[in-house]
Amino acid sequence: MVPLSSYLILSAVLFTIGVLGVLVRRNILIMFMSIELMLNAVNLALVAFSREFGAVDAQVFVFLVMTVAAAEAAVGLAIIICLFRNRKSVNVDDLNLMKW
Amino acid sequence: MTETDENMEYLIFSIMAIVATVCAILVISHRNPVVSALFLIATMVSLAILFLALNAPFLAAIQIIVYAGAIMVLFLFVIMLLNLRKDEFGPERRKAQRFFAVLFGFLFLILLATAIDVGLSSFGQREVAAESLSPAGVENLAQVLFTEFLFPFELASVLLLIAIVGAIVMAKRKL
Repeated sequence: MVPLSSYLILSAVLFTIGVLGVLVRRNILIMFMSIELMLNAVNLALVAFSREFGAVDAQVFVFLVMTVAAAEAAVGLAIIICLFRNRKSVNVDDLNLMKW
Repeated sequence: MTETDENMEYLIFSIMAIVATVCAILVISHRNPVVSALFLIATMVSLAILFLALNAPFLAAIQIIVYAGAIMVLFLFVIMLLNLRKDEFGPERRKAQRFFAVLFGFLFLILLATAIDVGLSSFGQREVAAESLSPAGVENLAQVLFTEFLFPFELASVLLLIAIVGAIVMAKRKL
């Protein structure tokens, strides 16, 4: 059995890559994909815990996280379409109207 | 679990971990969003295979159908709908920001690894009888989902409905 720690480290690595994506990229679409990547990393950790402790509850959480991710993707992409329609840009540096 | 099974699991984990990590790095480093989306699909598929190795076949199927299927197709739809030209990808030249992001990302990873290490060693003495842990089949999952977690499950349907309405209200030009 691959130890739990290996799965958790992989999950941490994927999460960090997602964080880096949000920090480094200026394209709002790719930042959004990085958020999906982070959600996936958390899902992996939850499923690994589920196997380690024989608990099905964690899998229910993963199921709910996927539902929230689907809703988030739908609404977020609608917002991106609106933004692009008004600003003709997907670069977050151009969207500084509410910046202090 | 026999020894060949065990070796097989190690092999699958190693390959899929490498594929997932490399594809994830390509997601955030490639310039073209379409290519990024395709690499994200590859990451999700390799995670689905890891779910299979972790005895979660239902989640593996959902991962492919919902994530790699529905959500990523939505992404590609929007990317192609926006019809970005090369110059609209925007400038990505912020060397200082990139340097500090990588530096602090690395520190964040060390922090997470330390937390995992400390957390795991704190319950190191527990007794896990590997045989007693029944594989979480679809029946067990359904049993828990429709009894104990019935209310969150129903709430999820309301959430999806709100998301549908919200997406249409925002994306439609004139209602």
